[in-house]
Amino acid sequence: MEKRTNALLYLDGVNVSFDGFKALRSLTLILAAGDMRAIIGPNGAGKTTMMDVITGKTKPDSGDVLFADGSVDLTRHDEAEIAELGIGRKFQKPTVFESHTLVDNILLALAGRRDPFSALFGTRARISPQRIREVLDKVRLADKAERLAGELSHGQKQWLEIAMLLAQNPKLLLVDEPVAGMTDAETETTAELLREINRDHTVVVVEHDMHFVRALDCRVTCLHEGSVLAEGTIDAVAANERVVEVYLGR
Amino acid sequence: MQRSMAASVGMHQSLMKKASMAGFLAMLVLFAALLSIPARAQSYDAAIDRFLSDSFPDTEAGISALQAAGDARGVAVLDALLDRRLFVVAASRTVLVRDRAGQTNDARTGQTVAEAPAGAVMVRLNNRLRGLAQAALGAMTLLSPDPERRRLAAEAVFRSRDASALPAIDKTLETESVPRVRAALREARAAILLADAQAPMAERIAAAAFIGEIGDQDGIGLLRQTLTNAQGQLREAVEAAIKRAEFTQQLRRAGQTFWFGLSLGSVLLLAAIGLAITFGVMGVINMAHGEMVMIGAYVTFVVQDLIRANAPHLFDWSLPIALPLAFVITGLIGIVIERGIIRFLYGRPLETLLATFGVSLVLQQAVRTAFGPTNREVGAPSYMSGSFDFIGMQITYGRLWILVFTFAVFFLLLAVLKATALGLHMRAVTQNRRMAASMGIRTGFVDAMTFGLGSGIAGLAGVALSQIDNVSPNLGQSYIIDSFMVVVFGGVGNLWGTLVAAFTLGIANKVLEPFVGAVLGKILILVLLILFIQKRPRGLFALKGRAVEQ
Amino acid sequence: MILARLLEMADYRGRIFLALLAALAVLVPIANLLVPPDSFLHIGTGTVVLLGKYLTYAILALALDLVWGYCGILSLGHGAFFALGGYAMGMYLMRQIGPRGVYGHPILPDFMVFLNFTELPVTWWGFDNFLYAMLMVVLAPGLLAFVFGWLAFRSRVTGVYLSIITQALTFALLLAFFRNDMGFGGNNGLTDFKDILGFNVQAQSTRVVLFLATLLTLAAAYIFARFMVTSSFGKVLIAIRDAESRVRFLGYRVEHYKLAVFVVSAVLAGIAGALYVPQVGIINPSEFSPTNSIEAVVWVAIGGRGTLVGAALGAFVVNVLKSFFTTGSLAAYWLFVLGGLFVLVTIALPKGILGALEKLAAKRGTRS
Repeated sequence: MEKRTNALLYLDGVNVSFDGFKALRSLTLILAAGDMRAIIGPNGAGKTTMMDVITGKTKPDSGDVLFADGSVDLTRHDEAEIAELGIGRKFQKPTVFESHTLVDNILLALAGRRDPFSALFGTRARISPQRIREVLDKVRLADKAERLAGELSHGQKQWLEIAMLLAQNPKLLLVDEPVAGMTDAETETTAELLREINRDHTVVVVEHDMHFVRALDCRVTCLHEGSVLAEGTIDAVAANERVVEVYLGR
Repeated sequence: MQRSMAASVGMHQSLMKKASMAGFLAMLVLFAALLSIPARAQSYDAAIDRFLSDSFPDTEAGISALQAAGDARGVAVLDALLDRRLFVVAASRTVLVRDRAGQTNDARTGQTVAEAPAGAVMVRLNNRLRGLAQAALGAMTLLSPDPERRRLAAEAVFRSRDASALPAIDKTLETESVPRVRAALREARAAILLADAQAPMAERIAAAAFIGEIGDQDGIGLLRQTLTNAQGQLREAVEAAIKRAEFTQQLRRAGQTFWFGLSLGSVLLLAAIGLAITFGVMGVINMAHGEMVMIGAYVTFVVQDLIRANAPHLFDWSLPIALPLAFVITGLIGIVIERGIIRFLYGRPLETLLATFGVSLVLQQAVRTAFGPTNREVGAPSYMSGSFDFIGMQITYGRLWILVFTFAVFFLLLAVLKATALGLHMRAVTQNRRMAASMGIRTGFVDAMTFGLGSGIAGLAGVALSQIDNVSPNLGQSYIIDSFMVVVFGGVGNLWGTLVAAFTLGIANKVLEPFVGAVLGKILILVLLILFIQKRPRGLFALKGRAVEQ
Repeated sequence: MILARLLEMADYRGRIFLALLAALAVLVPIANLLVPPDSFLHIGTGTVVLLGKYLTYAILALALDLVWGYCGILSLGHGAFFALGGYAMGMYLMRQIGPRGVYGHPILPDFMVFLNFTELPVTWWGFDNFLYAMLMVVLAPGLLAFVFGWLAFRSRVTGVYLSIITQALTFALLLAFFRNDMGFGGNNGLTDFKDILGFNVQAQSTRVVLFLATLLTLAAAYIFARFMVTSSFGKVLIAIRDAESRVRFLGYRVEHYKLAVFVVSAVLAGIAGALYVPQVGIINPSEFSPTNSIEAVVWVAIGGRGTLVGAALGAFVVNVLKSFFTTGSLAAYWLFVLGGLFVLVTIALPKGILGALEKLAAKRGTRS
């Protein structure tokens, strides 16, 4: 591969444009294994586009997008391959399989063969219920295991989606606005949950809620107009002149 | 400019021809009477005498004598000769001309003879004489005061290539001022020279070049004929001229194909514009769109029916009257469909598709019940019928007006979307419904109006399409798939894309047609489109970025 | 393990459905062959054929439900696969006529003699062999679905766009099959069949056997489809229907799943078409008409999509209605009824008849 890095995720000089609109301009972001990183920034700063680039949904016009110590060039893989490589993603809008039970939701997410043939002839079915329960326990949904996902509240769907990511057992989790539409108590629980997950996984969280970001207690990157405006501790970033000007407001 | 003037004169002429051929000839004879001067009258009389014996050599002499006399009365005689209406009465030494109306006149005196006498014998003809008479007639009518007549005469000479007409041609050319007649005369002159082995080589070569330049089908035929016994320089010149003419023909054919493509494109665009609003802007799959077009066509039928019954003189106004009616009727139907069905299905495109398909079945059957299953006759007002010649291409008025109408509708719609409050609200609602609602826009009202607008435009399309398609309950079905293809190909939500797509598909269809046939051409286009949509699922001019995905 | 799987598959709907089919399989032949014609229990051969026809439609509806009800792919072109299967069978039946045609040509079917064909087109080779023809019944729709689906799903053509291009597909085939030089009988299609596997297609016994074969195929198709949708494969399909991108980001190759179910569904539709042709006695290009395909969609919607049984039920109910309306003075109203059904089912009965029945049953259950 092009570069040897010691980073789990390495983005450098990434540019993306849509019909002349530059969504990302030479964006740089480096994450070591075990990190937790919060990404903040105003609407249109390029947060979701960055996620799209990492997960293979959008191809960058230029720049390096490397994974696992620079051994994998993510721009050469599609979504399914990137998911297999160990990158999980939670969408802005909670996206779960509403007509499946929670158990089936997790079952589908658990690591294992993913081709149609083994799905049809049952090798996938031999996954221990133990493992499923563990994951649901972690996101505090074990008591609803046999319910349909469609019956869950908005916040619970967010958690279920996080649980599905955990079941995938990825090296890197990308979490897009996990607390949007949550009550304060739910937000609190979610922050706790993510810190817990961070013990075994590298996590990137995109969020607007500064209260929540503070609760995550991690390094913060502020994006603006497609590039990094400031990076550092929450206090340092929150005190940054430019950040205050374009995002937080005076 | 000159061409179109010529065209309008031609139109006028053809109308006149229909009106009264007999009157026209009568006028000619009258004119001849005014022109005739005594000296000519004498030789004219002598020429007439030649016909009395009814022997081929004498008749031949008579024909050339008539031509030499240059008396305009000879036209009627030759015309009668060719038409087996020339009789001789040996006993009284009279030559009788029966005109087209059936009246018989004495060729010399012009007096009307009450009834053909018993001994009247028709003057016989053979092929050779026929050719001669035609050439002579051609040369003589070159003198006609009517330019169209002169042009026809020149064309007759062009076909006969009779060298004896050359002096007459040259003489007419000296004074001729009408351009299209001049052109015809020069072509005829060139044809005579080219065909005449005795003519000077330089003139024949120039003639070949001239015919090659004009490049029409008759000219190519003549050149080919000449080629069989042409040698040396002439041969080269003729070959070059053929090449040149064929090239012109090819250009003309390409032009004609292009025009047919434009015309088809305008039909596609017209049918698709309404859909570009309902599907493109609102995202509603309206399978009943074609039925709106169909209803528009039936509105035209009803309007014409009423006019025929009550005020036939207003027939030319039937389309202008039908347009607003069709717009309002289909628009209202659209609003009813939107309020009654579609609004319950927003965000469920597949269900919308099914429900509107159901609506289309109901509308079709309703029209079938009311008007019967067969085609209904929709007439064309005078300005929609006929055609004119544009640099060698035939362009029908109906198709031309539809093209113009399509552009008018397109730009009007563009203006409505850009400049009116409804357009503004429409765009606001489609971009962010909740935001628009919270800003006090009545989203339900805007939805209904937008859908009504799209449906109304489909109705307008129906009025225009009633002029070129069969008005039957199935009319809409033939447009629905094409319309969707146009909108999807152009890129959903992009009116300009729809425009480009319609004309691209129209022209592509007509270009393919001569190679693979109409049906296979259509299949090919469909297959190409399917492949295209798979390559670029969002069409030619797709909006990119995040907004589209959600 | 296998037993557990079977139990999982056999829900109460399926059991009722299969029991119904079994009852038909016993009662209809008895009522037709053994009960004397003057008895009021007698079922005429015409009715048997009609029932057989409905059952082939039920198979088509089942196929459609697999892709639409379970995977969210609304195909408006399934009639094309049905017709292709039908043509493959029709070609076998045409070759069986042999020299007994009107023109008495030893090999060429009548329409080819009429259209001045001098030899059999390559596309017709081998169709005198029943096994080869049956292979084509499966292969022709299967291959078309594979190529089409491979292109469409790989480029992520979804939703309404997919629906429209499937409609364009069947429309293109409609135009193509109308052409005489395609060598498939043009406008008139294939008809005047004589026998199938040596038995007269018109004979009462053959009719009954064809009916039974269709019934058996429907049962087998149902069991197979049920096996598919209750497996993990089926769970992935439903997941794709509900949240396609989620499935993709979980590492599944969505396009492979879609392609697999699309091809299976197309093959089922083709088999249905092959059973349809000998019973109805004709196949012509109108089977490709987009209206046919969309009508099949409405059977599924009316019966209740995503239930398999509902799809079959819908096909049956709508076609019984259709026969009732179109064979009398009510013919003019049929399209009003059908159109009304489209609207009604999408707005008032989103889960179809089956959904409505079950809701009713559930209400009763809670009350008592």
